Amino acid sequence: MSTRSIVPFGPQHPVLPEPIHLDLVLEDERVVEAIPSIGFIHRGLEKLVEKKDFIEYVYVAERICGICSFMHGMGYCEAIEHTMGIEVPDRAKYLRTIWSEMSRIHSHMLWLGLLADAFGFESLFMESWRMREKILDMFEYSTGGRVIFSVNKIGGQRKDMPDDMIADFVRILEGMEKELKALSNTFLNDYAVKSRLEGVGYLTKQQAHDLGAVGPFMRASGINLDTRKTGYAAYASLEFEPIISTVGDSYARTDIRIREIFQSIDLIRQAAAKIPAGEVAVPFKGNPTGEYLMRVEQPRGEAIYYVKGNGTKNLDRMRVRTPTFANIPGLVETLKGCQLADVPILILTIDPCISCTER
Amino acid sequence: MTDNQLTPISADELLTNCQKLKNEDYHIVQICAVRTHDGYELTYSFALGYEMVNLRLSISVDEEIMSISSIFSPAFLYENEILELFGVKIQMINVDYKGNLYRIAAKTPFKD
Repeated sequence: MSTRSIVPFGPQHPVLPEPIHLDLVLEDERVVEAIPSIGFIHRGLEKLVEKKDFIEYVYVAERICGICSFMHGMGYCEAIEHTMGIEVPDRAKYLRTIWSEMSRIHSHMLWLGLLADAFGFESLFMESWRMREKILDMFEYSTGGRVIFSVNKIGGQRKDMPDDMIADFVRILEGMEKELKALSNTFLNDYAVKSRLEGVGYLTKQQAHDLGAVGPFMRASGINLDTRKTGYAAYASLEFEPIISTVGDSYARTDIRIREIFQSIDLIRQAAAKIPAGEVAVPFKGNPTGEYLMRVEQPRGEAIYYVKGNGTKNLDRMRVRTPTFANIPGLVETLKGCQLADVPILILTIDPCISCTER
Repeated sequence: MTDNQLTPISADELLTNCQKLKNEDYHIVQICAVRTHDGYELTYSFALGYEMVNLRLSISVDEEIMSISSIFSPAFLYENEILELFGVKIQMINVDYKGNLYRIAAKTPFKD
């Protein structure tokens, strides 16, 4: 007869850079239930919108997360621009797309490194992060920052990228593409890596749908959905299809993110070829009135920015529904039936960003 | 909500409308609370593919509403969040953290 016990997992754990806690109900070493809890570092950034005016708040939105900083700023700006009827110049839309895709590459590379570190493949971890440094260098070169960029503003962008800089970036990324192929070969074909990922933590298509999963976690279970297809920024002018898998295990989630890195390089290449000349911002007057719900595809999945203005410089409400928050019910489902030793890897396969969730 | 469908409903209609959306295979996307001068405005967002619909419920401060977690199980996280940050009174949440989802020093900090 099996023994039932409860093992607390987190908030401090070697694979968790940020705090989340799970109460794991075990029968011997098999997880039968997991109860998540968060809130160790809740910052109340949404409430700050009542103190900061809506223009200043762009800087707060960027600080929701240090990995998707650019996309948080952009999502907030686009939501405000919709409420105020501001049409952003085409060049700014392309710049937003290029910086968004650079953010996706850097986030996925960071995740690959963390995954490799979690199953003890240190050289793979170091190689992933070495390549990621190139993207951070490109951010520093184009924005002046490596984590917080402060290039978004309502009405467009604060900075432009010269065309020769964009062309240089494409050349660097094409060089990275070759290195990535070698790296992805190890992630997808190495025996030791496959043994930790294949057949672990299944989430079916129906479960992913019912539990409201988002991003690569959802697409690895066969749901063909990518919010970039709604056409915000310059995505409507670019050709791409959501990358999906029908397998639904940890290996499929890794495969999806690797293929999305190649897709992001292709999107930057397309954007570099199509970016028009012109202004990168338009002036505007007045304060936001009304409400808008903006959907943005972040590296971890769909984020939702809800803004409600009242005609003054302070908004009534700004809310962010982060992808990690949406993926917690799906994570709990994948943990059921797994071995205790697989829990760290499974938590990582949703690519949790707790600082986003603790906005 | 401009690009998204928004349907005002009463508290009595909440579960019926949610069940209808569930039957049409929608999934829950988020629940957002906004403090108004005399209560709360709750927006329940659901999606089916790229299509999104929203139910808008306006309630007074002391009004109790039913949880929709019996219909959409992931709603428990959103409902616990709203309960703890805003103090919205929600009954029958399928996983009720009883005020301990967030470890925050202030009680219902978004209420005032």
